[in-house]
Amino acid sequence: MSAGAISPQGAASGRVLLEVRSVAKSFGATHVLKNISLQIASGEFLTLLGESGSGKTTLLRLIAGFEQPTSGEIWMSNERLDTLPPYKRRVNTVFQNYALFPHLNVRENVAYGLRVKSTPKAEIAGRVEEALRMVKMISFADARPATLSGGQQQRIALARALINRPQLLLLDEPLSALDANLRKQMQSELKALQREIGIAFLFVTHDQDEAMALSDRIALLRNGALEQVASPREIYSCPATAYTAEFIGQTNLLRGEVKDGVVRWGALQWRTSHVNGAALFSLRPEAIRLADASLHLPEAVRFRGIIRQQIYGGASELLEIDCGSEQTLRARIPVSGPLTGEHEFVFSCAEAVPVTESPAAHGSRATHRERR
Amino acid sequence: MYSRAYKAAISAPPLLWICLFLLLPYALMFAHSFWLVRDGSLIHHWNLQNYRALFTNPLYFEVFLRTARIAASVTLCSLLLGYPLAYYLSFHAGPRKELLYQLVIVPLWVSYLVRGYAWKTILGSDGVLNGFLQYLHVTREPVSFFLYSPFAVVLMLTHIYTPFVFLPIYAALEHIPRPLVEASQDLGADRRATFLRVILPLSIPGLLAGATFAFVLSLGDFLAPLLVGGPSATMIANIVQSLFGAAYDWPLGAAISVCILLITVSLLFATERLEKRWSFK
Repeated sequence: MSAGAISPQGAASGRVLLEVRSVAKSFGATHVLKNISLQIASGEFLTLLGESGSGKTTLLRLIAGFEQPTSGEIWMSNERLDTLPPYKRRVNTVFQNYALFPHLNVRENVAYGLRVKSTPKAEIAGRVEEALRMVKMISFADARPATLSGGQQQRIALARALINRPQLLLLDEPLSALDANLRKQMQSELKALQREIGIAFLFVTHDQDEAMALSDRIALLRNGALEQVASPREIYSCPATAYTAEFIGQTNLLRGEVKDGVVRWGALQWRTSHVNGAALFSLRPEAIRLADASLHLPEAVRFRGIIRQQIYGGASELLEIDCGSEQTLRARIPVSGPLTGEHEFVFSCAEAVPVTESPAAHGSRATHRERR
Repeated sequence: MYSRAYKAAISAPPLLWICLFLLLPYALMFAHSFWLVRDGSLIHHWNLQNYRALFTNPLYFEVFLRTARIAASVTLCSLLLGYPLAYYLSFHAGPRKELLYQLVIVPLWVSYLVRGYAWKTILGSDGVLNGFLQYLHVTREPVSFFLYSPFAVVLMLTHIYTPFVFLPIYAALEHIPRPLVEASQDLGADRRATFLRVILPLSIPGLLAGATFAFVLSLGDFLAPLLVGGPSATMIANIVQSLFGAAYDWPLGAAISVCILLITVSLLFATERLEKRWSFK
């Protein structure tokens, strides 16, 4: 767990750079954002993760200044941000489809921000070159954007934003238009670049793997509200809600009955600190292992189950286990050759994490399942 | 694939049309410009006398200069009206956009002649404008130079061609991706800088197309000077009309027409090249 002792929405570490205070945004009768409070520390890589329509891009646009909040305030380094027009804010944006100026060449695109601020010509030339070197595009300085590939345009968009030395860089799904291989490569380059220059990044994506790979912290948005804000490790291992548990990675959601520190779910039971009554637990598939004499888990829960299906996944296999309950359990185990029939399985009772029921779960969770 | 016979059958009618109603008339016009009229009858004798007359008689040059001046004024006025209108509709009209667009287009469905006579009614000595000015005691007697002046021609043609200028500019502005405008503001450019550095350069093809429409159409106009221009606003097309009509000098009229055609075609070529230079797709 993170050492951050401040509020859950607070910055994990370091000086607070940007603060979103109780911001709400409505378009007519549609409430796109509901009472969002969030802090970003300087130098932090924070990801806004959520499905389409969760309000993540709207929040980004509020910070950039393209939209006005309906209520609430946004502050940056003790300066009120939300009352300033976009061109007076010390934030820059990398747009989803890059938004490079088609009538300007690469050099002119990158120089744009400095030109409109009437920076001396000699300084512009030097800084453009520096920015183009940083993104390894110096040899394309005279090319038109239309002649560049998606990945190259992406780099130019980055250079064009970073040359202004913003305190905060906003990135609106910048990698979504790239193919899978290039996306992975750009992810690691982006992360390396962010560490090197130490500027805070606010990154919007709907891709949970991308969020996990890049972020210092993830802010999971759902229907315009923050579901959970935590580091990737924490949000994965200790999801606060059923929605988070299902959105980030895969999970088994087990609805059990707690009595005097013991959960009963079907024939299974394990120890918990949860209060008495109905409770929901998230048990990650990889937490369920094939029982083995050499395996010693603390407070192990053992059960027998019949393997209904085995799905080969290259690095691992997914098992669907029938353990006498209505719900089949999914287990992810190391590749182990074909398995059939009844086996003994085991998990540690600390790995069954109590999660709160997410209100209004149906619609959005269904669409989420379709993506799998 | 289609058979050769099918291709021939399908392309014959339009080719015939082009030959009969475009190429043949042009050829006839071109031939006429090298012939002569003597004693009221056409003589098929090849010579350059018509062109010589055009370039030596200062009258023709003067009328042509006036025509070009009027066409340029109309172009400038239509751009000054049409561009801001297109900009407002495309960027700031919000939900009123569709309605305003229709309102700009509606006059195009009204006959040119009707609009010409409307201006006559407005500008005349006992017209609407003079009546209004006298009612306000701005003027005591009717102002005569409203009607039958180059000013009236420019006014009427501007009124008629502004929608033609508006349309291509509006289309160009609508095609500018809005994230470009946001990117510009994001990089520190205020509205004015964004307009000058992003919106205006990206709308140049539309602006050129609109300007070409207004200039070329005004250059060949003969009804506006006829209806509201009077003798002081005679344009080159009026000369051509009279040469083909009352004056009965088809060869001279044809020579002038060839010159206008050459000017128009080279203008179209030039603007097309410019438009290509300024389009980034």
